[in-house]
Amino acid sequence: MTAKHAITLVLMALALSAFGCASSTKQVLATGASAVQLRSFQSRAFDTTDSETTLRTIIATLQDLGFVVDKADADLGSVSATKLSGYQLRITVTVRPRGEKQILVRANAQYMDKAVEDPKPYQDFFTSLEKAMFLMAQQVD
Amino acid sequence: MTTGFTALSSARRTIALLVLTLSGCVTIPPNALKMTPDTLERRHLQTRRFDGIEEKKILAASAGVLQDLGFNIDESETKLGLIAASKNRSAVSGGQIAVAVLAAVLTGTVTPVDKTQKIRVSLVTRPAATATSMGVTSSWYVRVTFQRMVWNTDNQVTRIEAIDEPAIYQEFFEKLSKSAFLEAQQI
Repeated sequence: MTAKHAITLVLMALALSAFGCASSTKQVLATGASAVQLRSFQSRAFDTTDSETTLRTIIATLQDLGFVVDKADADLGSVSATKLSGYQLRITVTVRPRGEKQILVRANAQYMDKAVEDPKPYQDFFTSLEKAMFLMAQQVD
Repeated sequence: MTTGFTALSSARRTIALLVLTLSGCVTIPPNALKMTPDTLERRHLQTRRFDGIEEKKILAASAGVLQDLGFNIDESETKLGLIAASKNRSAVSGGQIAVAVLAAVLTGTVTPVDKTQKIRVSLVTRPAATATSMGVTSSWYVRVTFQRMVWNTDNQVTRIEAIDEPAIYQEFFEKLSKSAFLEAQQI
């Protein structure tokens, strides 16, 4: 009887741990808002083809916004930075050519342990960036 | 004494629970990605201009100063003028311990005190737009930003903050000026 109980307990524990594991690894590929929607408010196009200057301007803007830059890669066209201000905010900004005459800038942010999926903070970021770029940030579809 | 202890620990449990429930619905503060009135002031504090030196040399001098200060370089990207570095250090403060000891004597509870901190820094060079001679930029802005996280003896994060003390930035740039001068002189 006791052995049976023990086996049941072990099985229950195993089932629970397996379940727990499955449910948190789901986060790896999980998104909240739809991918299309996210991409739309996380991206803007700028009328320039100079990705190095764009990246340098992005870094300067992030520093203005209180971020410390974690890493940057000129070839890949990416910058990651962290802001600590009573909270932890992480952002990655990438640039890539869009057609012949434009650069597409995309940002994605993580606040504490959650993705930022509200359009407003991204709008604020691009407002700051377009001032620094002396170029209009154009909404893309 | 015992009732005081129980009341305190139950209060702490309530707070912990509150924090947990709150963290379930965290949203980004409205001004997190906005320029604020002190943006410009901070930019001035964290930036210096260096003339008559190549970007690579000012970066090398900066790396040297960071090493002098005990930082380990985590990342660098010369093409974008970036060095990112960090160091882990003690965050023990005498004053805080004195308060904790006093609290322990009065209430019988052990108050956690700050124990360790991770200090992070990024240093970025940017061409000073006005100064190019024959297509080569010899004037550079250097902007440095420090931040830190502090953990207490219970391994909880007690501080997540940008470091804004003007004296720290002034001292850093004094050291960098000396180092850049040595770099320029090739000593």
